[in-house]
Amino acid sequence: MSGNDSHGDSPLQGQSPDASTTEAVKQQAEPVTNGAPFDASKLVTSRNRITKDIRFRQMCIVTASASVLILVFLLGSLLVSGLPALSWTLLTGYPEPEPENAGLWPALMGTLWVCTMCALITLPLGIGTAILLEEFTPRNKLARNVLSLIQLNITNLAGVPSVVYGIIGLTAFVSMFSLFDDADSTDGPSMEMGAVYFDQFSNVASDPFLNTGDADARERYFLIPVDSRGAPVTVPKTGMLAYENGEAGFATVEILAIDPFTDEVSADADIMSRTIDNTSTPGRISEKQWYYLRLPFGRGVVAGALTLMLVILPVIIISTQEALRAVPATLRAGALGLGATPWQVVWNVTLPSAIPGIMTGAILAMSRAIGETAPILIIAGIVYIRSAPQHLMDDCTVMPLQIYNWIQRPQDEFHEIAAGGIVILLAILLTFNAVAILIRHRMQNKLR
Amino acid sequence: MSSTITRPKDPMGPSPRAKHDSKRHTASGHMRTDKPHDELPEKPATAIEMKDLSSWYGSFQALKSISLSVRKNKVTAFIGPSGCGKSTLLRWVNRMNDTIHTAHATGSLHLSDLDVMASTTDVVNLRRKVGIVFQKPNPFPKSIFDNVAFGPRLHMKLRRSELLDIVEWSLRKAAVWDEVKDRLHAPALGLSGGQQQRLCIARTIAVGPEVLLMDEPCSALDPGSTLAIEELMNELRNLYTIVIVTHNMQQASRCSDETAFFFEGKLIEMNDTRSIFTNPQSQRTEDYISGRFG
Ligand SMILES: Nc1ncnc2c1ncn2[C@@H]1O[C@H](COP(=O)(O)OP(=O)(O)OP(=O)(O)O)[C@@H](O)[C@H]1O
Ligand SMILES: [Mg+2]
Repeated sequence: MSGNDSHGDSPLQGQSPDASTTEAVKQQAEPVTNGAPFDASKLVTSRNRITKDIRFRQMCIVTASASVLILVFLLGSLLVSGLPALSWTLLTGYPEPEPENAGLWPALMGTLWVCTMCALITLPLGIGTAILLEEFTPRNKLARNVLSLIQLNITNLAGVPSVVYGIIGLTAFVSMFSLFDDADSTDGPSMEMGAVYFDQFSNVASDPFLNTGDADARERYFLIPVDSRGAPVTVPKTGMLAYENGEAGFATVEILAIDPFTDEVSADADIMSRTIDNTSTPGRISEKQWYYLRLPFGRGVVAGALTLMLVILPVIIISTQEALRAVPATLRAGALGLGATPWQVVWNVTLPSAIPGIMTGAILAMSRAIGETAPILIIAGIVYIRSAPQHLMDDCTVMPLQIYNWIQRPQDEFHEIAAGGIVILLAILLTFNAVAILIRHRMQNKLR
Repeated sequence: MSSTITRPKDPMGPSPRAKHDSKRHTASGHMRTDKPHDELPEKPATAIEMKDLSSWYGSFQALKSISLSVRKNKVTAFIGPSGCGKSTLLRWVNRMNDTIHTAHATGSLHLSDLDVMASTTDVVNLRRKVGIVFQKPNPFPKSIFDNVAFGPRLHMKLRRSELLDIVEWSLRKAAVWDEVKDRLHAPALGLSGGQQQRLCIARTIAVGPEVLLMDEPCSALDPGSTLAIEELMNELRNLYTIVIVTHNMQQASRCSDETAFFFEGKLIEMNDTRSIFTNPQSQRTEDYISGRFG
């Protein structure tokens, strides 16, 4: 441009004679355009632009500080009402009906179980899907169209309200579309593993109506294993081996006698304590391993985790895709050029470079999962849960649900411990994020 | 510079390569490699042979019926105005165009005895044999050592000491050993652009290729680094067949044995570099090398 003198034959100059006369008038005022087809009088003074720049910066500062102020206000008011309510009881107690004894240990453990399960299921699924969509685009046109349809769906799913996912979770995971419902047994799962069933009997001494008169005879309960939930009721026999659930776990006990409710109860305290009271109806109880699995899942930890998975899976897929897209194509080309297979490229080059970005997305998604109430409310229902989950199918409640429950009560004391619960929930969230950010930071440093 | 390049014990010598080849590609290539050199004293063997190679991106034809042969252990320069298809041609030699969905080609391309364009060709092994260096240095965000060891780790099961030998040999061959030997475990991204590019060359030769493709390897570098890489090519021509794409006419005339001039997807002229630069047969070639267009 600077090479074009005003007398040159540059294409910018070719104008009709009358146009050049008007231009000449303008050029007298501002003769610096060098023949380019714009005139200098149209120049915006730089002072204007600088003022705009300052205005814009001020606007940014105002909006930024507004959001920070709102956050500080929220956190402040929360801490003011929540901190005094914090206590050891609140952390380790059970949700008793009296506010001063109530705690959220079951809800805390429920949150940990559900969110851990959710992360274990969602992260591999989500990252895998994103890798498929980003890194293994097929050459086949039809397959590509299918993938872009999936992509469209995922993008849309990210905006669906979480209540909807709760309802999907209820039909898909809790009852599994009633696919496993079985005509014979109306209650309970139709398929299960990891559980042992017992029939429980009591001894004579534990019968309050049977006054044995011997104070040494201990109250005892015996467990006799049965094959399955639906097995016929055990008929106790003399000489049978039973388990007793004692202080130090299960111990084997031999049944010495069966008392058919006659008058001739043995007077010997030892014999009496090992005599089954035949009139008591056996109760069927179960002992479940932590991996206890059943179909359908029912309202338990796994159903909750899977439902939360529905909520955060789109978020994780999309953020992983963004992270993968940010990895320069030249790195992939370099690895491919060295003879790496597509999988080796993903595993050795793309994923390591994308991990910090993937983790950012995962942190955001998991934070959302921890705080999510609506879908869990639908899955777990507002049931009173007194214990921390013991196995994957166990009923559970989560912290937001417990807090919600307390806030609904009329007493002010419950509102206070609810605030304390929110502080604990926030603390968990922040710890979790801090750990993840720390890991991300170390990885970024390793990459650099 | 050349005095710094010593070749103590060639860890990439026949053993790992031959072992690898016999495992995966018995019929291909290395019969020629093993031929005694004095059998063909003045007529060097052909490393790459193309016949009627045409290539399209969708419906746009980027290469029009290219036939040429690249001689073994020579430096061949591809020159031509921007957009004439030089990079496209290079990317067919190691089938990097496979990653572009719209790209397809007709015609034949042979690497020694290997039919590169056949759909049955093992591209992973092909790319090990045909290394490529790009315009912009692209070291992985890993340590210098891991960058060079990346390729060998992909293809071979090696003990640590063997890996170290390969890394050192490759870095020496690529003339960066002296600059990086004290910080092998420092991040590769901390190197200067010129060092990074030589690291990329080291990374490429560490897998024992037969052909080195270089797509404008010096265009992002300062004159000093450019000179270092040109000297390096001079050293490496004994070991590899080198194809270099360049926009720098001096570079092409300085360091290549043969030059091919492309224009709008067609091969206009290919000859000894000296002949091309002193006595071009085509008017277009003359215009281009004298800087009248392109
Ligand atoms: N991925 C692609 N999709 C569609 N067209 C492409 C693609 N890559 C290259 N082309 C086209 O093919 C032609 C040849 O491109 P190529 O990159 O081979 O040129 P080049 O000779 O290497 O140019 P330069 O010297 O600028 O690198 C160009 O017209 C380019 O627009
Ligand atoms: Mg190019």
